[in-house]
Amino acid sequence: MKSSPRAALFFLLPSLIFVGLFSIFPIFESFRLSFYRLILTLPWLGQRIVGLENYSDLLSDPVARDSIGTTLIFIAVTIPLELLFGLGIALVLNHGFRGRGLLRAVVLIPWAVPTVVSSQMWRFIFNDRYGLVNFLLFGADTARYIAPLADPYLAMISIMAAEIWKTTPFAALIILAGLQGISDDLYEAASIDGATSWQKFRHITLPLLKPALLLAVLFRTIDALRVFDLVYVMTQGGPADTTNVLQFYGYKKTFAEGMVGYGSAIAVTVFFMSLLLSLAYLHAFKTSRLQDRTP
Amino acid sequence: MKRITALVFFSTGIALYCLVPFLWFVLTSLKSNAELEAIPPVLIPSFHLAFYRSALQQYGLLHYVVNSAIVAASATMVTIAIGSLAAYAIARFNLKWTNFYLFLLLAISMFPQIAIAGPVWSILDRLELLNTYQGLVAAYIALSLPLAIWILTTFFRAVPGEIEEAALLDGCSRIQALYKIVLPLAAPGIFTAALLVFIYAWNEFFFALIIMTDPDVQTLPVGIALFPGEYTMPWGEIAAASTIATIPLILLTLVFQRGIVRGLSAGAVKG
Repeated sequence: MKSSPRAALFFLLPSLIFVGLFSIFPIFESFRLSFYRLILTLPWLGQRIVGLENYSDLLSDPVARDSIGTTLIFIAVTIPLELLFGLGIALVLNHGFRGRGLLRAVVLIPWAVPTVVSSQMWRFIFNDRYGLVNFLLFGADTARYIAPLADPYLAMISIMAAEIWKTTPFAALIILAGLQGISDDLYEAASIDGATSWQKFRHITLPLLKPALLLAVLFRTIDALRVFDLVYVMTQGGPADTTNVLQFYGYKKTFAEGMVGYGSAIAVTVFFMSLLLSLAYLHAFKTSRLQDRTP
Repeated sequence: MKRITALVFFSTGIALYCLVPFLWFVLTSLKSNAELEAIPPVLIPSFHLAFYRSALQQYGLLHYVVNSAIVAASATMVTIAIGSLAAYAIARFNLKWTNFYLFLLLAISMFPQIAIAGPVWSILDRLELLNTYQGLVAAYIALSLPLAIWILTTFFRAVPGEIEEAALLDGCSRIQALYKIVLPLAAPGIFTAALLVFIYAWNEFFFALIIMTDPDVQTLPVGIALFPGEYTMPWGEIAAASTIATIPLILLTLVFQRGIVRGLSAGAVKG
């Protein structure tokens, strides 16, 4: 088929307009604004270029530093647990049994629940008066009931629990697709050689599953870095900023306080964290695929 | 035998893990006020519809449902139309820069929302599109195009090129080839992409929150997140609204689970 570049451009143009206007341009604009002092509530100050001042403010702002820490802890706790649960679910779903299709459909339910709905749902489950968690812990003894979302440590744990519940299905699906790509012959050969189930899992399943696992980690990390809905609904970043993840802090600075310059510096920081993490994973992904091809 | 027992045990555990939290919220929405406040909690509600009535009448739930339906449906239609054009060019022309474009889209889909939120808001402000359906729909089109184009490209590449070549030789234009040959043959892919874009637009909260500040145009997620109530939360009504927002999605997911699973892993596993 003959294909002219001009025809290709014609087909791509509509999508380029939207993506250019609402994704590519905004990234550069955020960069630019992060070098300015621009505060919407103080319009008479105008838009003054201040160089790296927003970034040095960011480094000396204890709330911002805590926010970076909170975000990293959130990622470090939720991703391994999501992967572990996801792997467990995928291993069960990979067996052929009656009702497997039904179970796979049920597993998709947390994925299908809108994040805002799941946020309100978990906020209710952790409620200090009617919450299921309180009842399961203390029965009808209301005097001992606690308010997890008002406690600096429990609030973070509650948000993590809600995130893990909602996103495990996605991890399970990617891992399941990886499992289904592993040939049965390998397991049969191992059985003939007298391998135990654990040996088969350790030496066949895990190594061959590495690309799928890395991919799940990549997608989940990128997504965890932008956690917002749960924090907005369940704690508003509190108590005492203990759940103040970066995306929420950036939102608060830019949209609630109108500090566009400083907010843009936070935005650019999140952008680079996301970029670095994806590049690191993509690199690991490529090397693991190359190893598979050269035995 | 031991294996079957283990499978039943784990399957039950997984099903409970996935079902119980949401089921608890659905049951809550069907309680009466007295049952909601009862300690120990009432497990089986008396299937009152009072909270639904109040959510609809006092909190204007229907209005949010209509806004969400308008926004999600328009975003889906435009995204699929624009996305099919782009995916067709990427799948068929196979030029160096169209392939680069595909990877650029993957990179864009990984942007954290906050990294673009401020400028997106300013652009819509300048275009006077804040608090309009068009403004939110435009943002959703841009944000869901990467996913749609990836899925559509995968499906278009699976359609054999020979039929089209014959049609092109007979004087059929590229657009006609896309419209009359590729689209019908890739219908399952289009449906999958449309479904995922619709679910995305129906669930999206962050951009809806910053673009729609006027309650008249707010979508369901914003309405549910900002449910009024300072000191006593109207939990029954929130649960009712949440159930209404979620049931259509669960039905879609259960009916079309095969397509969704394939769509989600389309770009993912092939790498």
